Amino acid sequence: MTQVPFEHGLLVAAILFGIGLIGLLARRNLLFLLMSIEILLNAAGLAFVVAASRWGQADGQVMFIFILVMAAAEVSVGLALVLQIHHALKTLDSDAVSQLRG
Amino acid sequence: MTGVWLIPALPLAGFLTLALFGARLSRRGVSAVGVGSVGLSAVWGLVVSVGALASRDASVQETLWTWVATAQFRASIGLELDRLSMVMVWVVTGVGFLIHAYSTAYMAEDEGYARFFAYMNLFVSAMLMLVLADNLLLLYVGWEGVGLCSYLLIGFWYKDPKNVRAAMKAFIVTRLGDAAMAVGLFLLAGNLGTLDLDELSVRLPHVLGLGSPLVVAAAALLLAGAVGKSAQVPLQVWLPDAMAGPTPVSALIHAATMVTAGVYLIARLQLVFSLAPAVMQVVAWIGAATLLIAGLSALAQRDLKRILAYSTISQLGYMFLALGVGAWTAAVFHLVTHAFFKALLFLGAGAVIKALHEEQDIFAMGGLRKRLPLVFGAFTIGAASLAGLPLVTAGFYSKDAILHAVAGSAPYGGWLLAIGLVGALVTALYAFRAVFVVFLGETEREVAAPPPVAMVAPLVVLAVLALIAGFLQTPRQLGGIESFGRFVGPALAGQTGHGGEAPAWVLPAAAVASLLGVLLAWLLYVRGRSAVESAAATTEWASLRRLALGGFGFDRLYDAMLVQPFVYLTRGNATDAVDRVYACAAETACVLHRLVSRAQTGRVRWYAAGLALGALLLLGLVVLR
Repeated sequence: MTQVPFEHGLLVAAILFGIGLIGLLARRNLLFLLMSIEILLNAAGLAFVVAASRWGQADGQVMFIFILVMAAAEVSVGLALVLQIHHALKTLDSDAVSQLRG
Repeated sequence: MTGVWLIPALPLAGFLTLALFGARLSRRGVSAVGVGSVGLSAVWGLVVSVGALASRDASVQETLWTWVATAQFRASIGLELDRLSMVMVWVVTGVGFLIHAYSTAYMAEDEGYARFFAYMNLFVSAMLMLVLADNLLLLYVGWEGVGLCSYLLIGFWYKDPKNVRAAMKAFIVTRLGDAAMAVGLFLLAGNLGTLDLDELSVRLPHVLGLGSPLVVAAAALLLAGAVGKSAQVPLQVWLPDAMAGPTPVSALIHAATMVTAGVYLIARLQLVFSLAPAVMQVVAWIGAATLLIAGLSALAQRDLKRILAYSTISQLGYMFLALGVGAWTAAVFHLVTHAFFKALLFLGAGAVIKALHEEQDIFAMGGLRKRLPLVFGAFTIGAASLAGLPLVTAGFYSKDAILHAVAGSAPYGGWLLAIGLVGALVTALYAFRAVFVVFLGETEREVAAPPPVAMVAPLVVLAVLALIAGFLQTPRQLGGIESFGRFVGPALAGQTGHGGEAPAWVLPAAAVASLLGVLLAWLLYVRGRSAVESAAATTEWASLRRLALGGFGFDRLYDAMLVQPFVYLTRGNATDAVDRVYACAAETACVLHRLVSRAQTGRVRWYAAGLALGALLLLGLVVLR
């Protein structure tokens, strides 16, 4: 089994991060924002895993598990918020949720 | 314990009772407390005095408790009753009692009856504290206390803004003098380490030499306090306006007692003043200027009470003149006789004003001789005593004692004597101008009911006193009785002597001056009244009269010199120039706030973009370095 080159792995992580960021900035639906955040987190996780395999260290994989747990927590809270927002505002447009503007 | 403290404590208790329960007491109860407390105080004052006179040095000292005790300075709440304070206590409580009794009738219909007596009692208490204090700190407490009561009583009818303004004026003008006096006390306390009167007299000659700058400064500052309280030039402007208060107040505070506090202060601190001969000269000249200016102003007044006010200023001028030439006994003697006849005049004026339904213009009166014969008699006796009609009146003897002392004083004795004699003529003229215009001539006004007994009885007592009090001290040509001088003399031990002997013609000259004044008043206001009135209407006389009517423009001068600039400054600062700096800081904060809050759009994506941009920036910095 040949190893995926380190640079390729990082490149994929960067591309994933870019997609996630663009999705986060361009999308207005809150659900899609949550998905974009998942992609961002996974991009970071991928970078950790790639780095772990490059240096043969387990730390990266440990970090990935942390990220997984955090993502799960984030999604559960996030989805609850989305439900509440939908309930209150009858919309999922993130720009509509701007009552705290200065 | 000899109970000296009861003398001021009784009126104070009266004040507290009236202030706390006055609203619940009946009028009769208020009168009993208000008049009774002063009456008891007068009786107790006599009792204690008799006891004190039996002691070796004829004085009682009583330290109630220690007030301040530090290493450098001690002051106690202590009272001392010596011969000088005895005289003052008798005058204050005696005349005060008569005026309180008179007030029960005069103020009978006033809604602030209890308040009036509460203030009056507080005043008597503060005045007694002033004259009984054995140290200058406690004296100052009484000094400020009478000032406060003066303010409260001038503005007693506070619903009229005019009265309130007069009260404020009196308070602020006397405050000028009081502030100077406080500085004088600081000087004495700082350099001598004590304000106790006995210790002061022991230490003063050792520490401060004759005419040393320090003692001159202290004496001048204390003089400023006395000038303010006793309404002398240049701080005399408050007293005529103080007539806005009820008439008994004018009689008690602005004629018989409080205004004499300045005279008492100088007599009490004669040691300080005799160490500063230059200041003594100033005292004499202030007195001379005041007696002339105020006397001439009194000539032009139409308001009966203002005539008496100016006459009070003028008579206080005589007392200052006497103090200035070192004739302490003569000054205190005139203080006593003046308290009798001026209280009598004010109470008589009050009876007239009451009978004519608050009419104060003398030219709207006239012919009251038949309607109010008793008041006429009393007022005439008071005026005669004020004018110093020879032989029979108290005012003659006391004024003559002053003129004798002045004549013998050096230097400038001649000038001061001339002013004093002219003043005597003017005094007789304005006193009898008032009598003739008010009581003689045609009846012009209907008179209400004759004054009740409570008003008449004090008039009679005071009239008797205004006649006989003079026989306590008579000049050598007329018996040479010296009871008063012998009585008070020991308390005024530091007599600086009268310099030379007064010439023999002073006595007849004083008598002639006063008779001439009366004659002139009769010629001008009874015989030739119509001629005088037509002459007075000409422009030169009218402008002169306006000048005198306004007290020779002192009010206008102070208005232009002090009040207007002050008002101008405050108006300029009405927008708070200093606050601009702080307002500017606040404004900057607001602008920044508006800028930053613009970034808070409330849009999540916007924040995310911000985060990304920031992260990118940091990354760029790390990579490019």
